[in-house]
Amino acid sequence: MFSEYSLSELSSIFMMQGFAGLILFSVFLLMALGLAIIFGQMGVINMAHGEFMILGAYVTYFTSQLFLNYIPSLFSIYFFIAMILAFFAAGALGMAVEWLMIRRLYKRPLDTLLATWGLSLILQQFYRSVFGPREVGVELPSWMMGSLPVTEVVEVQINGLFVMGLTIAITVAVALLMYKSSWGKQVRAVVQNRVMAGAVGINTEKVDRYTFGLGCGIAGVAGSAFTMIGSTGPTSGQLYIVDTFLVVVFGGAQSLLGTIASAFTISQAQSTMEFFLSGSMAKVLTLLGVVIILMLRPQGLFVIKVRR
Amino acid sequence: MSSSDDNSMKFSSTRRKLLMGIAAMPAIPVLASSGLFSTPALAQAPATSAVNTTGLAVTDTEVTVGILHSVTGTMAISETGSVQAEKLAIEQINAMGGVLGRKIKYIQEDGASDWPTFAEKAKKLLVNDKVAAVMGCWTSASRKAVLPVFEQYNGMLYYPTFYEGLEQSKNVIYTGQEATQQILAGLDWVNKEKGGKSFYLIGSDYIWPRTSMKIARKHIEAKLGGKVSGEEYFPLGHTQFNSVINKIKLTKPDVIYAAVVGGSNVAFYKQLKAAGIDLSKQTLLTISVTEDEIDGIGGENFANAYSCMKYFQSLDNPNNKDFVAAFKKMWGEKTVIGDVTQAAYLGPWLWKMTVEKAGSFDIDKIAEASAGIEFTKAPEGYVKIHPNHHLWSKTRVGQAQLDGQFKVVFETPELIEPDPFPKGYQ
Repeated sequence: MFSEYSLSELSSIFMMQGFAGLILFSVFLLMALGLAIIFGQMGVINMAHGEFMILGAYVTYFTSQLFLNYIPSLFSIYFFIAMILAFFAAGALGMAVEWLMIRRLYKRPLDTLLATWGLSLILQQFYRSVFGPREVGVELPSWMMGSLPVTEVVEVQINGLFVMGLTIAITVAVALLMYKSSWGKQVRAVVQNRVMAGAVGINTEKVDRYTFGLGCGIAGVAGSAFTMIGSTGPTSGQLYIVDTFLVVVFGGAQSLLGTIASAFTISQAQSTMEFFLSGSMAKVLTLLGVVIILMLRPQGLFVIKVRR
Repeated sequence: MSSSDDNSMKFSSTRRKLLMGIAAMPAIPVLASSGLFSTPALAQAPATSAVNTTGLAVTDTEVTVGILHSVTGTMAISETGSVQAEKLAIEQINAMGGVLGRKIKYIQEDGASDWPTFAEKAKKLLVNDKVAAVMGCWTSASRKAVLPVFEQYNGMLYYPTFYEGLEQSKNVIYTGQEATQQILAGLDWVNKEKGGKSFYLIGSDYIWPRTSMKIARKHIEAKLGGKVSGEEYFPLGHTQFNSVINKIKLTKPDVIYAAVVGGSNVAFYKQLKAAGIDLSKQTLLTISVTEDEIDGIGGENFANAYSCMKYFQSLDNPNNKDFVAAFKKMWGEKTVIGDVTQAAYLGPWLWKMTVEKAGSFDIDKIAEASAGIEFTKAPEGYVKIHPNHHLWSKTRVGQAQLDGQFKVVFETPELIEPDPFPKGYQ
């Protein structure tokens, strides 16, 4: 396959391919973080995760329009504001959903699956009715487009770097929040033993609501970031949902480290295979690999012990 | 049509009732000679029993047709334009007096992007509503799902999308292009004008891109003497194209030939741009991006790519100017019109003309009368129905501009004959 290329071409292609794998890793991790928090900490399978992401994407779209029309001078930095708005919009919707729906279903985990799936359909149709069935184009400030040439052949995508940076920042923030803050301690206490946590004075309902809101908020930020690389339409969320669940389940539902490791494994496997085989075949083999590993290790890569 | 025809048709039903009522009266010669009732009107609004022998939903004043598209679900993105175009055509036909003196009434059903639902709704339209024709479907999958229904209950479907060919039915009129019409001329053009010798084929993984690429590969290898340096398919909804973009960079093809659809489309072009592939230097020819898709992709991400279609909104002819103006008036200044939207607009018109030629709403008569129907007012220019129920049409190549419109850079001099079962390409 490579005999016709020179050594320098090959080495630069491998560098680019390595970078492509890292971008895919960041994308997977960013999609999965919000879901991992909700699924891992609360045991709720949020089928509407993709729709929370798309809410973030729509918020980004509207922020961009707002800046274009009213404050074009600040257009180059609108994306940061859009991400913050996306976080709060998706988070607020998440908390409302938790209060209206999810909290009534904590004892029936399978029903949350059905309920959130219904919610995803409702949200899709809501987006379609309000924003129209067509995809919207989100315009990016010019500095976020294109690539930085490293050598003649090797180029580094700016939006890839951006997603990477964002993913690292959010992962670190979530890790600090979960393992260093007193709120994180409460969350973990509730996960490990809900009754005892309640008995020592933790407001478990409030913890649940904020956990769900946080997960949805991160989904919103992810959706906002993905306007750079993907489409924004009523059903675009569905494009991400399979990969997201794959990462979370494969990683072991309750472990942040597991999610990271799983995102890394799946993205590297897929990106490498896509390069050497074809696109569809890479996907098939990735799914097959995940299925086999989950058969051997149903709890996922990493697992923490929980008292039920 | 002249305006005097319009008037005569508008009042034709009242006139017919009057005529029936006064048939027995001795005064009739006086009235008839007064010029109030002209004979051509009678010919244009013939009795229902004569034009409808199979029990379709045709009354003295109305004829019912069905519109069957997805307005919910994934495909709503694409099918919305078709619904809008069909409603516009129906409204315009009604304003001109309808079909055989009858106003068109439509019943709209939602296929909900789900193929069994399409089949179910098609059955409902044909069996319960007894519609005289159906304008509908978008994906090949939905067409394949409804085809047996249309054949069993003898309905008439006007199908707007460019598609892979390999199909022909008495009960379907294909108003979009079949694969060879769309593909061959575009490849010839890129070979001649851009010196394209090596091609990288990339598509979504389902029947239309795969059949199209098969035809493209045969044409490139056998007729153009070029080579295919790569052929890749990605699952529908795939959003990460960095690996294949690296492969494209490595193989340096003269032409990237793309048939990626749906949400993947947006991701593909955004990532292509981000990876530093400059479409003004790297030739890219696609058969899956119309003005509709550019809305989602963003004009700045797609500028300078070439798209091969039979229709572009920017076509410069009087028919198209009127059509675009009417479309925008009805659906808003910001709407864009893509290839399929225009093809959907042809459906009601072709049906109307066929009915008038056949002098009947009967499906069998329409199926037979369809061959040779000419529509000179088509926005794409002149079209004509071939005996195989596809359309003769021109193929054009447009270069995408920053504003999301295309600049037409090539147009086949002649109409291309539809050839749904191309020899040597299968």
